[in-house]
Amino acid sequence: MTALGKLLRTTAFQLTLVYLVVFALFAAFLLGYFALNTRRLINEQIVAIVDAELQLLQVQYNEAGVRRLVGIVGVRSRRPGSSLYLVTTPTGEGLAGNVGSLEPGVLESEGWVETAYRRLEEPESTEHNALVRVVRLPGGIRILVGRDLDERERMFHIVALAGRWSVAIVIVLGVIGGVFVSRRVLKRVDAMTGTAQTIMAGDLSGRLSVIGSGDEFDRLALNLNGMLERIESLMRGLKEVTDNVAHDLKTPLTRLRNRCEAALRTAKTEADFRRVLEESIEESDGLIRTFDALLMIARAESGEVREGMAEFDVSEVARDVSELYEPLAEDKGLTLEVEATKRAAVKGNRELVSQALANLVDNAIKYAAPVAKQPSGAGNGERGGILVKADTEQDRVVLTVSDRGPGIPQDDRSRVVERFVRLEQSRSLPGSGLGLSLASAVARLHGGELKLEDNAPGLRARISLPRAVMPPQQAA
Amino acid sequence: MSDAAAADSCVSGAYLVRSMRLLIIEDDRDAADYLVKAFREVGHVADHAADGEEGLALALDGGYDVLIVDRMLPKLDGLAVIGRLRAKNVATPALILSALGAVDDRVRGLRAGGDDYLPKPYSFSELLARVEVLARRHVGRGGETLYRVADLELDRLSHRVVRGKEEILLQPREFRLLEYLMKHAGQVVTRTMLLENVWDYHFDPQTNVIDVHISRLRSKIDKGFAQPLLHTVRGAGYMIRDGAR
Repeated sequence: MTALGKLLRTTAFQLTLVYLVVFALFAAFLLGYFALNTRRLINEQIVAIVDAELQLLQVQYNEAGVRRLVGIVGVRSRRPGSSLYLVTTPTGEGLAGNVGSLEPGVLESEGWVETAYRRLEEPESTEHNALVRVVRLPGGIRILVGRDLDERERMFHIVALAGRWSVAIVIVLGVIGGVFVSRRVLKRVDAMTGTAQTIMAGDLSGRLSVIGSGDEFDRLALNLNGMLERIESLMRGLKEVTDNVAHDLKTPLTRLRNRCEAALRTAKTEADFRRVLEESIEESDGLIRTFDALLMIARAESGEVREGMAEFDVSEVARDVSELYEPLAEDKGLTLEVEATKRAAVKGNRELVSQALANLVDNAIKYAAPVAKQPSGAGNGERGGILVKADTEQDRVVLTVSDRGPGIPQDDRSRVVERFVRLEQSRSLPGSGLGLSLASAVARLHGGELKLEDNAPGLRARISLPRAVMPPQQAA
Repeated sequence: MSDAAAADSCVSGAYLVRSMRLLIIEDDRDAADYLVKAFREVGHVADHAADGEEGLALALDGGYDVLIVDRMLPKLDGLAVIGRLRAKNVATPALILSALGAVDDRVRGLRAGGDDYLPKPYSFSELLARVEVLARRHVGRGGETLYRVADLELDRLSHRVVRGKEEILLQPREFRLLEYLMKHAGQVVTRTMLLENVWDYHFDPQTNVIDVHISRLRSKIDKGFAQPLLHTVRGAGYMIRDGAR
C-alpha cells in the first residue's frame, strides 16, 4: 500500500472527509438561504416602491388627466438614480419617461415582469435588468414603472462569491487538518503495529511505547502492555511447567517402564509378577494424582472455577480440615491445635480453600514430624505443635498453619511455591511438589496470597483472603 | 500373599450377594470391553451401548439396576441421556464417568440427574464399590433408624452406639463414619467415598488420612471383642460385615 493510500484509508482521514462534506453543505445551505432571502427582501422593496408610485400617478391622472401625468413623469424621470418610467399612448407611442428600449411585448401585458432595458439618455450602454409593472389606464394610456435590478444582482454576486470562497477554504483547511491528524494517528498506530509484529515473531519482551501525554493511545498502550506482561508471565509459567512436567512425570514413567521391563526379563513366579503389577498400579496412581493436581492448579489459575463461588466461613473450614488431619498428626507424634472461633466469611470456593488448607496441614505434618530413625522422646518433644488458625484482620481473613519443623530457608521461600519445586532435603518424602503451588493458586484465585514466614523455629504458612462483606447483624 | 488371597476371596464373596444388571454407555470400545469383562468376572451382567441414542433406547427398555454413563458420547451427550431418562420418570441410578474431573463438572453432572460421579482414570474396585452402593440404595435402606451388624448397633435418632452390652462413645465425625459404613454393611466402601460422604470433600488429601480415622474407629468398636467387624479390603477400601455369616 502506498503512503497516500494508507493515509486515505485511515479512520481519521475518512472522518475528516465526512465532516468536510457536512460542513461544506452546511455553509452552502446557509449562504443560499441568505441569498434567497436577500433577493426576496429586495424584490419586496421594489414592489412596494413601484406600487406607491403607480398609485400616485394613477391618482394624478384621474384627477388632472394625461397632461399632468406626463408632466410629473417628465420631472421624475430626470432625477438621478431614479425609477424607470414610461407613459405611452394606446398605440404604444412614448409620451414621457426615461426608458429607451424594452424587450418586445412587455407593454402589451399588464402586471409584473422582469425585462432587459436601456435608458433613453444612454442608448449605447449595455442592457440592464429591471422589474417593471405595466398598468393600463382608462382611455388606453399605459404607464410603466419599474426599478433597476442591479442592486439585487450585485448582492447576489457578493453572496455567491463568499459562498465559493468559504467552501474552498473549508475544503483546504479540512484536508490539511485531516492529513495532519491522520498522520499523527498513523505514526502511533504504525509504531504499535511494528511492536506487535516483533511480538508476533516471538519476542514477548517487546512493549509499546508510551509518550506520556495520557491520550487514548497512551491508555491503550498501557493496557496492552499490561496484557503483554500477563501473557509473558503466563507463558513463562507454562514453559516452566512443561519443563517440569517433562522432568517430574518422565521420571516416574521411566521407573514404571523399567520395572515392567525388568519383570519381563527376570520375574519367574506369579508372585513376582503380581508384586510388580501392584507396584506399577501404585506408581500410576501417583502419576494420576500429579496430573489431577496440575489440572486443578491450571483451572484455579485460569479462573475457570469462579462461577461456583459462594460465601462460606473460613473458621469452619479450618476446624473441619484440622479435624480431618488431627488423627494423622497424633499418629506421627504431633499435636494439632486449632484456633478458629470467630466467624470469618469469604466469598469463594469452599472446596478449593479446604484443599489449599489441607495441603498446608499435610505439609506441616510431613515435614515437622519427628524423624522416625531417632529414638522417640530424644529431645524431639518440642517439635510437636502444629497450630491452625483462622482470624480476621481488618478487611482480610487470614488462615495460618504454623509448625515447629525445620522450616524453609529465607532464600527458598518464594521458590517452593512454584510448581514441582522440592527442596533437596525433602526429595526423599512422598509428594508431588504441587501442594504449595496449588495453595498459592487458590489464594490468588480468591484475590489473596500465600506467604511463607519464619515461625522461629519452623514454618508459618499464611493465606490471606479478602473478607466478604458481612450482613449488618454479623458485623456487630 | 496368603493374606491378600484371603481378602480377595472374602471380597468376591461379598460381591456375589446379589447379581446386578448393568448398562455401560461408553464409546471407547476397549474401555467398555474391559468393564463388561470385569463386571462379569465378579458375577454381574453388563450390556454395552456405544453411543448416546443406543444407550437411551436400551435404558428406556428398563430392567437395569445401574447405568454407567460416559460424559462425552457420540450422537447424544451423556448428561442429555440422563436428562431424558429423568424426564420420562426413569429413576434407574446413573453413575457418570468423566475425563473432565473438575469440581464444577461434577456439580453439573449431579444436577443433570446423575447419582454419582467418577472422574477418569478410575480403578475398577472404586467403580464396583460405587455401583454396588447405587444398586443397593435403589432398593433402599435410608429410612431405617437402627443399623445392626452382628452385635453392633447404631441408633440414628439417639446417636447411641452399642456393641454387645457396652455403649461406645464416638466423636460426631466418628459416628457419621460408622453410620455410613453400617448403612452399606456388607459392601465395600472406598476411601474417596468416605471422604465425599462423611467429610464432603472431593479432593485427594495426599496422605491417607482416612486410614487413620478408620483405625481409630476400629480401636473403639473392635478392640476387646473376639470378632472383628470393620475389615480392610485390600486395594479397595473398607467394609463392615458380620464375619460369622
